[in-house]
Amino acid sequence: MSEVAPGLVVDSVTGIDVSLPVAGPGARAYAFLVDWHIRVILALGWFVLGALLYNGRFSLSPPLTNDARWFGAVVAPALAIYFLYHHAVELAMRGSTPGKRMAGVRIVARDGGVPSAGALLTRNVFRLVDSLPLFYGVGLITVVLTRDNLRIGDMAAGTLLVFEHADARLPTPASDAHRVSRLDAAGAEIVAELLERWPALQPEARVRLARQVLTRYGADPAESGNHDDAAWRTRLERLARPQ
Amino acid sequence: MNGSARQRALTVSLLQRADLWRQAETRARRLARGRSDDAADATRLADDYRLLAHDLARVRMLMPDSRTREYLEAAYARAHATLHHGAWRLGSALLTLFRDEIPAVVRWLRPYIVWSTVIFALAVIGGYALVQRYPELIALFASPDLIASVERGQLWTEGLLNIVPSSVLSAQILANNIVVSLFAYCAGFLFGLGTLYILGLNGLMLGAVFAFVSLHGLRAQLFGFIVAHGCVELSVMCLSGAAGAAVGEALIRPAQAGGRIESFRVAALRSGKLLIACALLLVGAGILEGYVSPDPRFALWARSAIGASYWLFMVALLCGWLFGRRARRPMP
Repeated sequence: MSEVAPGLVVDSVTGIDVSLPVAGPGARAYAFLVDWHIRVILALGWFVLGALLYNGRFSLSPPLTNDARWFGAVVAPALAIYFLYHHAVELAMRGSTPGKRMAGVRIVARDGGVPSAGALLTRNVFRLVDSLPLFYGVGLITVVLTRDNLRIGDMAAGTLLVFEHADARLPTPASDAHRVSRLDAAGAEIVAELLERWPALQPEARVRLARQVLTRYGADPAESGNHDDAAWRTRLERLARPQ
Repeated sequence: MNGSARQRALTVSLLQRADLWRQAETRARRLARGRSDDAADATRLADDYRLLAHDLARVRMLMPDSRTREYLEAAYARAHATLHHGAWRLGSALLTLFRDEIPAVVRWLRPYIVWSTVIFALAVIGGYALVQRYPELIALFASPDLIASVERGQLWTEGLLNIVPSSVLSAQILANNIVVSLFAYCAGFLFGLGTLYILGLNGLMLGAVFAFVSLHGLRAQLFGFIVAHGCVELSVMCLSGAAGAAVGEALIRPAQAGGRIESFRVAALRSGKLLIACALLLVGAGILEGYVSPDPRFALWARSAIGASYWLFMVALLCGWLFGRRARRPMP
């Protein structure tokens, strides 16, 4: 049995542990950058729209005197969107955000479940410390130094960021093919994946991979003289088909 | 049947259950989003969980490096999270928080509250004594504008509403106070030293400014300005400091078997609940500071009554009395 990626292993009543691979600094930074762009766009969008409506003309300039309406309807909501984005969105999406979804990660509690509202709030309050002195310096250092890639907010809240594998799919054609073809289950998956990715691969890569797969599963790569792209594909499809 | 053929037959039979896995995965996703009220649907998730566990165990053995395993790991983790996610109702969660949990945290933090109040008071006295004796040291604690205004015989708060509207003033003040309060709590992470620094610095500033205005005969005016909002604002500073001190002590002297990190987690999550009440109280204090404190139409007795009432409201909130919790009486 191969090694599972390092991560959180949670005991289950079934006796089969739940394995959750922990996200590293790269995935965290990617999710943060996406979320940062989203909240900047939302906050700026609100500000621009609010300013245009307030001024009644094509101008973003603030009023000359301190006006409560300007502050209450334009400035304060834009600041609230920017500063409370993570608190609100993580609570609403139960430990996820659009950025985390794009990075394929989510926040979980130590038992692998959805964190409580208190844990999510605590995690975000500690951003004050993690973001010091600049650009999440403290948070980045602790993520790199700790075994489970935790920032201080995660330590305080008892949470982790794990890969979600929301895009994990069953290789259907390969599973069916395996029942009757000469391939084993892993081979059927490899052929299915190769055929799936065929259009996206460079021609040389296609040929190289097709040759390797055919050799591995006992088919003679030089069986026919025709070595064009379509011929390699046909031979792979034949390999996965019933004999 | 030899080993290889047996393994192949097992794999074939396993892969024939792919449709069941898909159904289980779809159901777990749907229930996780809360988009099903069907009790039977929820019950079926328990069966799905067992099915996925069983098949994952076999796939881990038969096909360890396959996409099928990756899929089942993800589906099993999702079913686990959905099944173990407790019911969450906002109304009852808030009621429990304010009626039971926050009073329990306050009782737990009582020694920390006493100590942080003592430290804050000592810092105020220290700041007062320092500037009383060496008035030029006020430059360390106050801005040049504030100093110039007091030296002209005028509090910097006078005519404030002519410059900034109450709503803007309130929002600025409450945002600033909430950030300071949260910092006092988070800074406990530095083994309590950060909290000590914030409490000490704020105490020194308050004492120094009071001493400076006293030297210029403006003490009564300053007292009149802060009495309405200051009682709660300063109390909240001590409460946040207490929460930060608890976090710091958890790191210095771990009480949990899991070590420092576990102890830190328990203390931070527990004391953090108090910060919710603190933030709400600071919103009220910010509104008072924007609308009541700078408004000369409010007499001193009215400001004092408002300040005392709001402080009593804070005590009632922190003890849970506002939400039906009764004070414990000894058994007859």
